[in-house]
Amino acid sequence: MPNLTPEITLSARNLTRRFGGRQVIHQVSLQLRRGEVLGLLGHNGAGKSTTLQMLTGCLLPDDAEKNECSIDICGVDLLHHPIQAKAHIGYLPETPPLYRELSVNDYLTFAARLRGMKPAAAAGALMQTRQRCGLEEVGKKIIGTLSKGYQQRVGIAQAIIHSPAVIVLDEPTVGLDPAQIRGIRNLIRELGDAHSVILSTHLLSEVESVCDRVEIMQHGKLIYGDTSAHMQQHGSVSGFIVGLGNPPPPSVLEGIPGISDVEQISATQFRILHAPDNNPKGALLTMAEQQGWQLEQLTPLQATLEDVFVKITDTSAEGETP
Amino acid sequence: MIHLLALRELRSLFAMPSTWLILAALQFIFAWFFLARLEAFLEIQPQLAQLANPPGVTATVAAPMFNTVALLLMMLVPMFTMRLIAEERRNQTFALLLSAPLSGCRIVLGKFLGLLVFLLLMMAGVPLMLYTLTLGTALDHGLLLSNMLGLFLLAASYVALGLYISALTTQPIIAALGAFAVLIGLWLADVGAAAENSPWHAISPLYHFQNFNNGLLDSGDAAFFVLFTAVFLLLTMKRLHNNRRYG
Repeated sequence: MPNLTPEITLSARNLTRRFGGRQVIHQVSLQLRRGEVLGLLGHNGAGKSTTLQMLTGCLLPDDAEKNECSIDICGVDLLHHPIQAKAHIGYLPETPPLYRELSVNDYLTFAARLRGMKPAAAAGALMQTRQRCGLEEVGKKIIGTLSKGYQQRVGIAQAIIHSPAVIVLDEPTVGLDPAQIRGIRNLIRELGDAHSVILSTHLLSEVESVCDRVEIMQHGKLIYGDTSAHMQQHGSVSGFIVGLGNPPPPSVLEGIPGISDVEQISATQFRILHAPDNNPKGALLTMAEQQGWQLEQLTPLQATLEDVFVKITDTSAEGETP
Repeated sequence: MIHLLALRELRSLFAMPSTWLILAALQFIFAWFFLARLEAFLEIQPQLAQLANPPGVTATVAAPMFNTVALLLMMLVPMFTMRLIAEERRNQTFALLLSAPLSGCRIVLGKFLGLLVFLLLMMAGVPLMLYTLTLGTALDHGLLLSNMLGLFLLAASYVALGLYISALTTQPIIAALGAFAVLIGLWLADVGAAAENSPWHAISPLYHFQNFNNGLLDSGDAAFFVLFTAVFLLLTMKRLHNNRRYG
């Protein structure tokens, strides 16, 4: 590509969706470029899955016939030319759409052929995808007999087997063990080099580790969108958890300069908050050594989604309305 | 694309032990019925021989057998159609088809043809058994063909109806009971109407099958089946579209 900015692969405008009388999605607009991983972050029930369902054509937005909303996949209008547009999509829904009675090879071949691949191309893609998703050993096994982690990988494999321009993953790491989660995240990063990936999650760490950009969704609205590096600044909480084998009374800890709040979690553990520009870690460590508090643990506090929400909604209330 | 979906249906069906069990049990029932009819025919054959224009083996063995299969279909088809869409929606595998570059029309036709082929395989034992009679006697091929055609059309119409009801719900059991109830209802409409020219007869697929069963090819009956099938397939396509719209 001669031009520097990669082309836009997915562009959604003004998506609105009502279930009965309840409006669950309010005018959501999204854009995604090639080579970008977008994280859709939000609590359960924020409307992430519904949005993704609309982006993949499983659900029509309200007023799809009127021209108020539009979804373009690689320049093809999904609402008016769904068949051409869907050829560019790979979708992993919340529950992987697996035919449990089929073998992994049969299922993936079916998925590839369903997306319009020729038999010879599908065989090649099958080999490559199995290798990518770590499914070499289970090719002949019946999907229903596989563990949850493997099933999730088969689910991801079906979404990428036809190397679509846009890959939509709905909570791809749910139910996996930590090693598998790392594997899947690496895979998503790798996919993000050549494809556009949009994934939904309610885990902040996932966004931090794999996404270039993040959109935060709450009550069916996008309340915040920025690069994930920027978001982490919102999310940083100044504080740490300290474990002391021989702890002093909390009042002593509170006396250390810089510490603004001490909360005792257990007999030996304290949650300590401090001002962002004044880290009392050093003072605490010297004190601990001098007084023989037997330092056992010192962990920086991880921001929860809740903290980020609070900060972001606070700042957006202060500044201009989004 | 359509054949891909149909093949997937068949592959899934044959991957399940219960399918083989049902197939085996049905072949046993068919064979048992066939032998029972044949024995009865052999017993009354001397008396039949005294008649001026006696019914042949095809009319006394084959026709009742096809009629029984037609009745059995009423119970069998809902058992298979319930899985087609309701189970896919319950297992959430339907998203794979919905997000694939396929029109709703192809999804419906693929599923319809897949199950229809399976039913034809399941019923293939019946004409095969009947054709073993050619070893000992001559058969009325016309009557056999008309029965096979009728059974094919009947199966197609049942599958289309079952497919539609399967698209209405996400509970396979409800889909099975619903399809069964409608088929029984249509059958009762025919059986229950006493008058020969009652309009109730006209809506029952089994009534239209009777002419085929007697060896009478009536284009009106064939048209009924084709229309019946087409209407329910179209309703299913419409229903799939509405599912995307109304969730």
